Amino acid sequence: MSNFEIVAREDFSDVTYLLEVRHPMMARAAKPGQFVIVMQNEQGERIPLTIADFDRNKGTITLVIQAVGKTTRQMQQECQVGTSLYGMVGPMGIPSPISHAKKVLCVGGGLGVAPIFPQARGFKESGAYVIAVLGFRNKDLVFWENKFRECCDELILCTNDGSAGMKGMITDGIKVALAGHANIEEVVAIGPPVMMKACADATRPYKIKTMVSVNPIMVDGTGMCGGCRVKVGDEVKFACVDGPDFDGHLVDFDDLMLRLQRHKNDEKLAHERWSENCRMTNPPGPGAGDVLAGGTAAQSDVLELPDPSEDAPGG
Amino acid sequence: MAKKKTIRTIPQERTPMREQDALVRAGNFEEVARGYNLEDALRESERCLLCPDQPCIAGCPVGIDIPGFIRKIGEKNLRGAYDILTDTNLLPSVCGRVCPQETQCEGVCTVGESLEAVAIGRLERFVGDTAIKEGWSNIPYIEANGFHVGIVGSGPAGMACAADMAKAGCDVTVYEAFHQPGGVLRYGIPDFRLPNAVIDAEIENLKKLGIKFECNTLVGRLFTIEQMIDEMGFHAVFVGVGAGYPTMLNIPGDSLNGVLSANELLTRCNLMHARDFPNFDTPLPIGRRVAVVGAGNTAMDAMRVSIRLGAEKVYCIYRRSRTEAPARVEEVHHAEQEGVDFHWLTNPVSVLNDGTGSVRGMRCVRMELGAPDESGRRRPVPVADSEFDFEADLIVYAIGTNANPIMGQTSEMKLNKWGYIGVDETLATSVAGVFAGGDIVTGAATVIEAMGAGRKAARSMKAYLGIRDPALPYCGATGGEALFGIDERERNFARVRVA
Repeated sequence: MSNFEIVAREDFSDVTYLLEVRHPMMARAAKPGQFVIVMQNEQGERIPLTIADFDRNKGTITLVIQAVGKTTRQMQQECQVGTSLYGMVGPMGIPSPISHAKKVLCVGGGLGVAPIFPQARGFKESGAYVIAVLGFRNKDLVFWENKFRECCDELILCTNDGSAGMKGMITDGIKVALAGHANIEEVVAIGPPVMMKACADATRPYKIKTMVSVNPIMVDGTGMCGGCRVKVGDEVKFACVDGPDFDGHLVDFDDLMLRLQRHKNDEKLAHERWSENCRMTNPPGPGAGDVLAGGTAAQSDVLELPDPSEDAPGG
Repeated sequence: MAKKKTIRTIPQERTPMREQDALVRAGNFEEVARGYNLEDALRESERCLLCPDQPCIAGCPVGIDIPGFIRKIGEKNLRGAYDILTDTNLLPSVCGRVCPQETQCEGVCTVGESLEAVAIGRLERFVGDTAIKEGWSNIPYIEANGFHVGIVGSGPAGMACAADMAKAGCDVTVYEAFHQPGGVLRYGIPDFRLPNAVIDAEIENLKKLGIKFECNTLVGRLFTIEQMIDEMGFHAVFVGVGAGYPTMLNIPGDSLNGVLSANELLTRCNLMHARDFPNFDTPLPIGRRVAVVGAGNTAMDAMRVSIRLGAEKVYCIYRRSRTEAPARVEEVHHAEQEGVDFHWLTNPVSVLNDGTGSVRGMRCVRMELGAPDESGRRRPVPVADSEFDFEADLIVYAIGTNANPIMGQTSEMKLNKWGYIGVDETLATSVAGVFAGGDIVTGAATVIEAMGAGRKAARSMKAYLGIRDPALPYCGATGGEALFGIDERERNFARVRVA
């Protein structure tokens, strides 16, 4: 099993792209909330990516990726339809428990919009009233709006600059939803840690069960290295085998964010070296320049932040 | 016939193995021990008395005919020696390097009662390496029996089990979650102890037996053990997924950046080639001052890897004394030679924060040995008011592993109270047709013990499938075993070892 062919690709913006990879067996096994570990080439690193969608009939797995580090930028350039990934293993992690809650709020921020989709669909299929709150930085970054409209009863779209949907942070969208519905039983939030933290804080006063999907640095994804350990309440959990979903009111997000920084310098070095090589081998054309300009991940801005699921360029 | 050897006529000193100089090797990942040449091997083979008791065979977890292969070396018949070794052990180059021979075959060697024991491990390695160099492999005549066997995990237990089942005629598929096969041999044991080329050669040999390796496959999540039996057509399954869920100390500062498990350090360095960063993409935190907690073989590997990665200072922190250290004597010795600073009877209290979320050092307390505990080792107790701090920027925990939870989460197999897979004396699990062995049953142990478990499970699987085991007499000591399903033709070539 070493041929993981890319059968479709879609570019949502100059930094966000979708890959549909052929893996019939995984498409059959995948459940909402699970993730894969991808290796683009033999020298590559193993990066965890949350499964954004799976199609059991077509036998494909869909990944939505944001170009933030060396590996994700290289994949953006090289992963074209017809090429193959060197490795893809999964589905990993404990599937999200799709409870029997009658009214559910599914919150996706930035790239977290992708992995929240299978959950929203799962809840809809189990008969819940599903309200989706999706947040993007601006209108150009919006994707899958229609896909969500099809499976959700209500959709609240927010952008930071108001260029699409309501103007405001994602937490403003949550407040609107909570104000409109007194009987929301469960909230599921996926996005950058700082956004998930804000969501957990927003729902805490209401005591609504809030699940989040954490995205720490991983190597193997099978529980073997312990790199992905997170503090949940008084316990230390491994996100890859004990998660990746945890109770958002118990997760220590500050610890999680700090641990995501741990290979920052190496990541920078790898990226600089790679861009240098690209400049030398390819004349700057459309694409390369944009990528480099668009990609610095600032941990400060909620919606600017990369991927909820990917981003562990460290691991 | 040559005069009978006696303890007085054999070479008295064990033949030393040439090693890279400690100062040179601390800067490279090349193998430390260079192995015997033919001359060394002939001299060492002279030291075997070929005694009638053969305690070494019983001391070997897989029961290699040790005097037999040593005799062949003495006759300069290396191919013959290789044939005898591969009768019982398909991985002589691996075992010759990583087995703790001092507590197994060499530990009970008759010569060892009065002199240094025969260097069985070194001789085994010599034969194995010669075979790789010469391109020898022993592919027995295999007649397919139509049984499909699935092996979960491509580490030493899975490899040993796969080899035996393939030789018995089964169609064997080995599943591995990583992108390369080998398990702990690949991700755990560093190149300077076990070069990747040796693992590749041994895996090639397994492929020649018809064994298929499927990497990038996480059994349990991609498909379950039960699906393998019910839907995928496997008649029997062996689970050898290893223990691998590293233990953390649970002291303040555990989650600081710069604290990691030995598994993570070794996997990044060995499997992911982080030592060649940025030619390979996986980064690795490089410590200037590294403290490794623990004193087992994994701890020694972590320390010696850190030295090679350029650490200025590497400390070993262990709460008991040197005598209780679980690592092989040779490994401790090598680590010492390479400059590891050992702090015996020292226990970590907390990891110190530099103010930015990274490690700045460690606070430890001195220990002294008290009364023996349930393991029979003297229990270390803290010395009052002996806390002290030292500087370090990388802390590596090598204090053991717990059971990996994936199998328990995804299958009906019964687990024991520690979360390991429960098995009976034949290594059968609670699910019919599914057997388990190695670290996922016993907790962390050695490579050869895992291989021994793989072979034991293979014997049970053959009995379960009704395949006659050519390594056993036709009617076993237990007598009433059901030996159904035997192909008539098999009798023509089955080897029966006569007692």
